[in-house]
Amino acid sequence: MILAPVGWLARVLDPPLRALQRVGGRNGMAIFFVAPNMLIFGIFVLIPLVINFAYSMTGGGALFLGDRIFVGGEQYGRLFDCGNYLEPNSCREDLFWTAVWNTVFFVVLQVALMVGVALITALILNRDLKARSFWRAVFFFPVLLSPVVVGLIWRWILQRQGLLNYMIYELGFDPINWLVERNWAFAAAISVSVWAHMGFYALILLAGLQAIPKDLYEAAEMDGTRPARVFWRITLPLLAPNLLVVLVLTLIRAVQIFDEVYVLTGGGPGTSTLFITQYIYEVGFASLLRNPGLASAASILMGAVLVVLTLFQLGIARRGERRSAK
Amino acid sequence: MSRITLTDVSRSFGSVKVLHDINLDIRDGELIVFVGPSGCGKSTLLRLIAGLDRPTSGKIAINGEDVTRVAAADRGLAMVFQSYALYPHMSVRQNLAFGLENARMPKPEIEQRIAEAARMLNIEPYLDRRPGQLSGGQRQRVAIGRAIVRNPTAFLLDEPLSNLDAELRISTRAELAALHERLSATMIYVTHDQIEAMTLADRIVVLRDGRIEQVGTPLDLYNKPANLFVAGFIGAPRMNFLPSDKLPGTAGSTVGIRPQHLRAADGKAKLKAKVTLVEALGYETVVHGLLDDLPLLAVLPGQKSFEAGDTIALTYDAENLHAFDEQGQRVD
Amino acid sequence: MRNVSAFLLRRRGGRGWHWTDIFTWFWLIAGFLVMFGPAVWLVNSSFKTPAALAEFPPTILPYVTAETVVEGYDKPLPLYEVKLPDGTVQVLAEVRRIGIVAQMVDPENPGEIIKVNIQDRTPKRSVSFAFDNYVRPLVVNDFVLYLQNSVFVTVMATLITLLTNSMAAFALSKYNFRGRSAVMMLIVATLMVPLSVILVPLYSVISAMGLFNSLWGVILPTVATPTGVFMLRQYMLTIPDELIDAARMDKASEWQIYWRIILPLTAPALAVLAIFSVVWRWNDFLWPLIVLSRKELYTLQVGLNTYAGELNVQWHYILAMTVVTMIPVVLVFVFLQRFITTGIAGTGLK
Repeated sequence: MILAPVGWLARVLDPPLRALQRVGGRNGMAIFFVAPNMLIFGIFVLIPLVINFAYSMTGGGALFLGDRIFVGGEQYGRLFDCGNYLEPNSCREDLFWTAVWNTVFFVVLQVALMVGVALITALILNRDLKARSFWRAVFFFPVLLSPVVVGLIWRWILQRQGLLNYMIYELGFDPINWLVERNWAFAAAISVSVWAHMGFYALILLAGLQAIPKDLYEAAEMDGTRPARVFWRITLPLLAPNLLVVLVLTLIRAVQIFDEVYVLTGGGPGTSTLFITQYIYEVGFASLLRNPGLASAASILMGAVLVVLTLFQLGIARRGERRSAK
Repeated sequence: MSRITLTDVSRSFGSVKVLHDINLDIRDGELIVFVGPSGCGKSTLLRLIAGLDRPTSGKIAINGEDVTRVAAADRGLAMVFQSYALYPHMSVRQNLAFGLENARMPKPEIEQRIAEAARMLNIEPYLDRRPGQLSGGQRQRVAIGRAIVRNPTAFLLDEPLSNLDAELRISTRAELAALHERLSATMIYVTHDQIEAMTLADRIVVLRDGRIEQVGTPLDLYNKPANLFVAGFIGAPRMNFLPSDKLPGTAGSTVGIRPQHLRAADGKAKLKAKVTLVEALGYETVVHGLLDDLPLLAVLPGQKSFEAGDTIALTYDAENLHAFDEQGQRVD
Repeated sequence: MRNVSAFLLRRRGGRGWHWTDIFTWFWLIAGFLVMFGPAVWLVNSSFKTPAALAEFPPTILPYVTAETVVEGYDKPLPLYEVKLPDGTVQVLAEVRRIGIVAQMVDPENPGEIIKVNIQDRTPKRSVSFAFDNYVRPLVVNDFVLYLQNSVFVTVMATLITLLTNSMAAFALSKYNFRGRSAVMMLIVATLMVPLSVILVPLYSVISAMGLFNSLWGVILPTVATPTGVFMLRQYMLTIPDELIDAARMDKASEWQIYWRIILPLTAPALAVLAIFSVVWRWNDFLWPLIVLSRKELYTLQVGLNTYAGELNVQWHYILAMTVVTMIPVVLVFVFLQRFITTGIAGTGLK
């Protein structure tokens, strides 16, 4: 019944497409099949990608490229106009450098925590557990939640009179103003994003662990290898390709962190959780004095970092393929 | 009526030429078998005839009409694939109907043709099952049925028996022969198995490295192989090849004799061989031997009491010898 | 029962409790609480009235304080159980509170004010689910609209994604046309370009096409997913080419081969992509936030964030609408979780 319109569509479309095939041949049809995807792709990914460079060299508040004034590298100059790069206050675009350094700290801490927690979880899920798929699902659950939902759930729990403070209070400690104190807010941003995405990486690592042949462990057991040594000498080296993939993926995503932290803290308190993507968003869209050229320049700088990371990942993938091909 | 003529057909993949100037005339109603080792180009040739692939140069004609540029669907041919290529998501009935529906045939006629083919192939009980629920032999029949319902001018069969077990292969082979008899349609059959070729073919085309080595009836090929390759390829076990000076009174540079044509000598022995291995099969005895360090194989009828290490005396009839020149071509 | 205890007490090698066994169970149970706890707490809180939400310590169940209308007072007064000095317990209504003394009246006898130490009274409460938290934002505010917009965006984007991605994957897996490797290269290259890098120019493209403040402006940039094309292509490569040859011999046009042979056979991969696409598009936030500036066009995610960002945060409504926003994803999780986890393990897709 559901398939009725599908069949109808196939019948209606067939004659004109047969005619097209007669004209274009089999390869013509191949072009016809890739065309819609590539058209959408071209308009909404490739063109923006190319004109992004043009945008980053123009100034003013006008939206359309034609209405904008060419300023050359001025936007980049503005971003890099700095007394001391380590000291955002000495920079012309102090918010940019605040965001950069916040992002750097965030990336370092979040990636370390993420990979560590995901690895422990994967190792535990790989043990001889009953109902493994249930436990796997438990850790995977938050991955599906939207960033807005994640942000709001934790805002509710971390608020002054929230569940966490109640639990702390019951344990005899003073409540903490999680989202109002700078360091706690930063820690919350890291923890919440780990909470939200850890299950995904644990799953990739688990797949890697399960691909390690069981007889290797049996052989190690026959040799009387101590468990710790089995972990360091067998599990970890064989898991290394997956671990690298996870490392790079978390890096790439951590650099772009925005959604859930934006909902959780709004970048605050002050600018303590302001990250690069939010900076781009606010400069380009949200602030009153919007400056699309500056936002473009900042996004190209972020894009360059991401390209390096992705090439790194592809290189790893290729090396892994070559190794497994041998 | 369907006569298929290939004129100077070549096919290259990049710089690799897989078919060299093939000229072949396939007669109406005959079952012709393309045989050769893997990689000889036989499947490529079949795909060119089917229209699934285009020749790099040359001409393909059906009934005198040039179809070289005609799409597969419009050549009026049907094909049975090695893997059967049944649509796994459709029932047997839908599999058989698919091509007819595409040709916009009226429903009642489709029904009728399916019923007819199903009866002929004994697949009526499975018409509403899916290919995944059928055994290998049943799938094979469905694949043939899909070709039959199309009522094609010629059938193309690409190693249709290679996915069946040995026993089923023999019975299906016989059924295919009967089917050919009954439909009296042109069939082009590709196989690497020379026994299949011998048992089924009206004519055999032996291919090697993209060239036709010989075309002829099975017995032509057996009795008068045109060259060393055909001589070695047709017949099992393989023909013995010996330098002509080992066999007195022979011509050419190499002489071949089939293992079955060697006999134990009662009187005068023409050959003396040292036995290295005896395989007693009951109805016959396969003897592996050495003739002055050259391997020699003899298939002797009945049971023999040889043992490894014995020296045996063998003889043959001169008419069973095949002589070849330095280029490996037959000399008579 | 034996099974349950055997399950719970399963240990490494069966030679006493190794520290790793203890750690495993600690991790699993803590994980269970940390992963599910917040969502459960959210659902639980969403049924509480504003007064119950403001309570500290928070209660597990949603309580409401009973109230009654007392003659001579405009507003309904909250009821308390009061232990009177003579030791009897009576239900009184509170008029006002001054310091630690509450002025209360007997609803039966409203003329007389009774002064009670607040230590001696407990609110008379009953369990009550505040369904109004859900009804009001949906009916009075625009959340029904947001919901409709989100459903529209999700469904349309997923349908277009499935169609265009599968067509492209078919061409890239089963044809050897000129420019195929160029197309593949382009797709690989754009894997590196996340949305956040092209926000500004994409916004101008959308505006130039008149798609600003249009749901199509939200949908179109997301549908040509390279990951989808890759995943489907990978799957289609496993479909034997002989099937396509057979269909060609059966007089099928290339379009029919795609529609009647390839698509049905790719159904498992299409299902995985469909699930992912639904989750992606339902959860999208930054791009809709940029494209949609008119309230009636907001998707749930944008609407919810805007609502939560207002000065006067009305948590009782926000929590309820967060639950509504979460429902489809939780359904996907409950029914299709296995599909997704195996899909990720197999393809590294997210």
